[in-house]
Formats: sequence, structure tokens, C-alpha cells
Amino acid sequence: MPPLAEWYDLRDLGNAVGAFLDWIRDQGAPDWVPYVVSGVIGILAILVWLLLSQLSFIWIERRVIGRMQSRIGPNRVGPRGLLQPIADTIKLFLKEAITNRHADRPLFWAAPILIFLPALTVFAVIPFGSGMSLADLNVGVLFVIAVSSVNTMAVFVAGWASNNKFALLGAMRTVAMLISYELIQVLALLGIAVFAGSMRIGAIVDWQSHFNTWLLFLQPLALVSFIIASSVEIGRSPMDISEAESEIVAGYHTEYSGIKFGFFYTAEYFAGFAISAITVALYLGGWTAWGLEEWVPGWLLFLAKLYLVFFLFVWTRGTLPRLRIDQLMAFAWKFLLPLALVNVLVTGAEVLIWREGDLSAGLALPIFGIVNAALAVALVIGWATFMGHLRPERRAKRAVLTQELGAIYYRRPAGPLGEA
Amino acid sequence: MEDTGSIVAFWLLAALTVGAALGVAAVRDLIRAVVLLITSFLGVAGLYITLSADFVAVAQVLIYAGAISVLILFAIMLTPRASRDNAETFLQAPGLLLAGLVAFTIAFVSLEADWSVVEREGFEETASVIGEALLSKYVLPFEMASVLLLVSMLGAIVLVRPEGTPEEEE
Amino acid sequence: MSVELEHYLVVGALLFGIGIYMALAKRNFVGVLMGIELMFNAVSLTFVAFSRFVDSAEPLSGHVFVVFVITVAAAEAAVALALAVLVYRNRGTIDMDRMNLLKW
Repeated sequence: MPPLAEWYDLRDLGNAVGAFLDWIRDQGAPDWVPYVVSGVIGILAILVWLLLSQLSFIWIERRVIGRMQSRIGPNRVGPRGLLQPIADTIKLFLKEAITNRHADRPLFWAAPILIFLPALTVFAVIPFGSGMSLADLNVGVLFVIAVSSVNTMAVFVAGWASNNKFALLGAMRTVAMLISYELIQVLALLGIAVFAGSMRIGAIVDWQSHFNTWLLFLQPLALVSFIIASSVEIGRSPMDISEAESEIVAGYHTEYSGIKFGFFYTAEYFAGFAISAITVALYLGGWTAWGLEEWVPGWLLFLAKLYLVFFLFVWTRGTLPRLRIDQLMAFAWKFLLPLALVNVLVTGAEVLIWREGDLSAGLALPIFGIVNAALAVALVIGWATFMGHLRPERRAKRAVLTQELGAIYYRRPAGPLGEA
Repeated sequence: MEDTGSIVAFWLLAALTVGAALGVAAVRDLIRAVVLLITSFLGVAGLYITLSADFVAVAQVLIYAGAISVLILFAIMLTPRASRDNAETFLQAPGLLLAGLVAFTIAFVSLEADWSVVEREGFEETASVIGEALLSKYVLPFEMASVLLLVSMLGAIVLVRPEGTPEEEE
Repeated sequence: MSVELEHYLVVGALLFGIGIYMALAKRNFVGVLMGIELMFNAVSLTFVAFSRFVDSAEPLSGHVFVVFVITVAAAEAAVALALAVLVYRNRGTIDMDRMNLLKW
């Protein structure tokens, strides 16, 4: 059933907006009014949706992580703690937003805004449904990366303007982390652009629905690299070195309190949603689901997939321990970068064989999928073995204090795992 | 480009770019100068977008505002605190004179010359055309640029290695 | 009034002038480098403006130039900042007034 183009056809929300704009035009407004109004409606819709999702996910994340850690999570405020996000928001608004005397005042006040901008701007190029993107740029994929790279500057400005050595140290560590993983993000997205032949995100979603496949099946290594690199980019666990309370107080946002911290907190959630949206649009088929989008509105499917991917981020946060900065950097440069490069090489070769050999898509794509999946598994295991990550002496042993105490308590000689 | 949107966008972005560049020269604190430099880079990226150069605009943001600015900030961190005051040397007056003369000459030439301007609607897709050009007509500069980047990367690493570092074992 | 090629060229000229001033008259090495980056930006803006407005067989060759300019600027910034760190390590200062070893 193709879209009906009536205003009540919710499968494309642009129909309702279009009817409203036609009504405005019929009232005799000048030409630029519908254009501006449509932009404003789109921006407001995205903002409202983002804020509502963020409020919901504060609760969901804390309850889910609580259950994963065998505790209940917030349950004091409202039934089952459902009003916890509202309590958090009110608290952040009412707390005093302290500014140090020696902080660089314009930069100090500009940093929370600067960190907000990339997370919001990314949503301009994401197609929420068919034809439902604010600005379907021809260089959409590159735009996402470019805007995320402004995050680096915002983090540094936040750390510098606090006039606090810990904040500066945390900011510099975070910046080193961010620029390493930016490269891996770009290489992971390069494979997508090579397959789809375009950098426009709408075109990539159309490619996936045209060939009835999700790019996840064709590029598993790139998806994993992209998710890891993105969770580092947004500073979520297990890579939340920038805000590890036990290590660096709170990193680059140590000196921020009140609503300024609220901006950092919110921007982290928005960035998480942005990364999930990009993953869904590029790797998981966006708003298409093998024909289901003719009955169910595409944007509902998109949002469902987005929340699933964000739930994956919440899940890893509750499960995995934090990585050290040197472990993180070694992982990026020695492990992920060669794998991403090999992925780009293999993808290019595959697309070349496909085009030159004039193979049909039904034959070529399953073969490529199987080859890529096998290659991904082989590369990960092989490279890890080659780099020595799987050697017995690299496997984690108990910490020294635990060994000593265990020896005293169990009256056994101290040693790894209790052996002599 | 006669439509109101382009005109407003151009004047705003040009004011932002040139204002931020003036700020870089005039501000007393080096870190604020770098932040203003980043603003100037973003303004230039905006001007590229008004010229419908989408790929170049995104590359500008990605490389200049994302990477080169971070490089400059790290270099500032590694240099003494006393010289972070963005002061001028004794060549301030001649520098000002020369800069004014150069800017005036270039502006004069650009206003007086008769460029063979053609009415065009703006490019539709630049990325694929640039990519094809880079691999067909400009393939030699492309390969040399990659060698140049490799050499500069190695050179920067070798230059700043501390003396007497023991060989790393791995 | 519409926006024409000359507007962009004048913006480029102004940026270039400011860049030359900073390259000549700043005492900090990093200040000089920022001036050089501004000059690169001005030149790139001029190239893109020409490629948009001027008649040509290959209209996007200006964009290709700009891609190379950006690449070379990144490489040059890396090496220049490595040199700045090295100069500070050897001479204790990055004051351009003290860098006069080549004078007669």
C-alpha cells in the first residue's frame, strides 16, 4: 500500500505537516513562511522527542542497571521510581551553578552549549521515515563524523575553562581517546559508503530496502567497530574514563554543577541517541523492515530499533568494567585500526568484483555476507592471537592483595589462582 | 545569488568569519584566540555551504575544526605559560602596514577585474565528481599527498621523541 | 542586492591580510601558525568562490585544489607544532624575538 498522501496517513508524518503548510499558503502568506514553518516544526518535533526519550531512559537505564547488578534501582520517587527523572531534573535546576573565581568565564559558560551542539546537529541528517529527514545532505555520512569532531573541541574548552588541573588532565585524556576513535568511526562508515555508492543517508536506507538486506549482514566487522568507537566517542561505559569518579573526580566536567552539569548529562544521552540513530539508519535498515513499513509507520520501526540499540549501550554499561586509558588507546591503534583497514580493503574488492563481474545481487550479496562474517571472526581471533592478547600469561589473575589475603585466610601459599 | 536566504546567510557568515579572525589577532589570551580561530574555521565552512561546496565544507569542519585545532591546543599546552599572552613583536606597525597593503591590493584587483562570471544554479553533487577527479586526472597529486602525510606523521613523531628513550619491548 | 563573486573575494582578501599580520607580528610561535592557517583558509575560500562563479570546462577543479590545500595544511601544522615543541625543549622559549640565530 503506497503512502496515501492524506493528512491522516501517519506512515509519513510529512503528510500532516504538508496539509498544515498548504493551509498556511492558502491563507495568503508569503513564500518563505511555509519553508520556515516546516523547519521549525521539524526542529521542535526532534527536540521534544529527544527530551521525552531522555527522561524515559534515565529511569530505564537506572532500573535496568540496578536489576543487572542485583539491586532494585530507584524506587522511592513515585510508583516504582517512575518520577525519578523529574526529580533529577528539578534537582539540577535548583542546584547552585557555581562558577569559580578564576575560571575563564566566557569559555566556562560556552562549554556546555558547545557540547550540546554536535549531539543535536546530527539529527538533522537522519531519516526518521520515508522523506522524514530535516536535511538529507549529499554528504550526510561525512557530516555526522565532522559534527562529532567538534565534540573534541568542546571537551577541551570545558576542561580548560575550569582552571582545574584535574579537569584539564581529564580533558586531555578524553581528547586523546576521542581523536583515536574518530578514525575508526570514519573507516567503519567508509565500507557503508562503498557498498551504497553514496554518502546520502536516505540513499543508503533506500539501498538496503532495494536489495532487501541490512548492511549489518554485509559488514559485521564494521558494525562492531562502529559501535565500539561510538561508545568511546560519547563517553559511555565501559569507556567512561572521562567521568570516572574513582579516577579523575569527574574529568572535564568536575567544576560544573547545577544546570550546566545538566547540559553535559543531557548531551551525553542525546549523543547516545544520535549514535543509535546513525547505527539504525546505516546498518540496520533505518525505517524499513522487509516490507513491514507498508503497514506500520516507518518512524515507529525506526524508533523501536533505535531504542533497542540504545538498550545495547545500557546493557554494556551495566555489565562491563571500565577500561584503563592505556588499554583503550592500545585497543584502538593496535587492534581496531588494522581490522577496520582490512575491512575497507575487502569491501572495496567485493564491490569491484560485483560491478566488474556483473553478478546479480541475489548471488553476490549472500556470498559477500558469508565471506565477510567468516573474515570478521577469523580476523578478530587471529589478530588477537597474533598480538598476544590470548596468551596464558595475559589472562587476568587475581590482584596481589587478594592473593595475599587469600593465602592468609585459606592457609595456602600465595600465587595466581592459589597455586604455588 | 539573489534570494534573501543566501544574502542573509552570506552577510552573517562573513561577519562571523572576519570578526573572529580579527579577534584572533587582538585577543590577549592565546586559548581564547584558538577558540575564536575555530569559530572562524566554522564560518568559512558555512561560506563554503553558501557556495554549494558541500564536500569541502564538511572536510573543512572535520579537519580544521576537529583536528588541527586540537593539534594547536596540545602544542600550546606543551609550551610555557608565560608566552601565552598573544603579544606582538616589534614588527607590529610594519606588519599592520603590509597586511593592509596586501589586503587592499587583493581586494582592489578582485573588484576591478572582469571575471568571466557565468550564471549557474549551484552544484548538485560534488563529492562523486571530486572523487572521480582525484582518481583520474589528479591521481599523481593524490598519491603524493598520501606520501606527504606519511612523511609528516613520521617526522613529527621522530622530532618530538624524548632523547634517550629505551627501546620499547613488545 | 545579490551576492556576487566579488563579495567572497573581498572576504578572502581580508582573511589573508589578517593572516599576514599575524604571521609577521605575533611573538608566539603558535600565533604565527594560526596566521598561516588563516591564510590557507583565505586561499581556499577564493578557490571555491571562483569554482562556483567562473566559467570553466571543469568547474570542480577548484574543489580538488582545496582538498589538497587542506591536506597540506594538516601535514604542515603537525610538523610545525612538532618543531615548536622541539624549539621549546632546546631553547626554553618560543618567543619569536629570540629566534635570531641566523642574523648577521
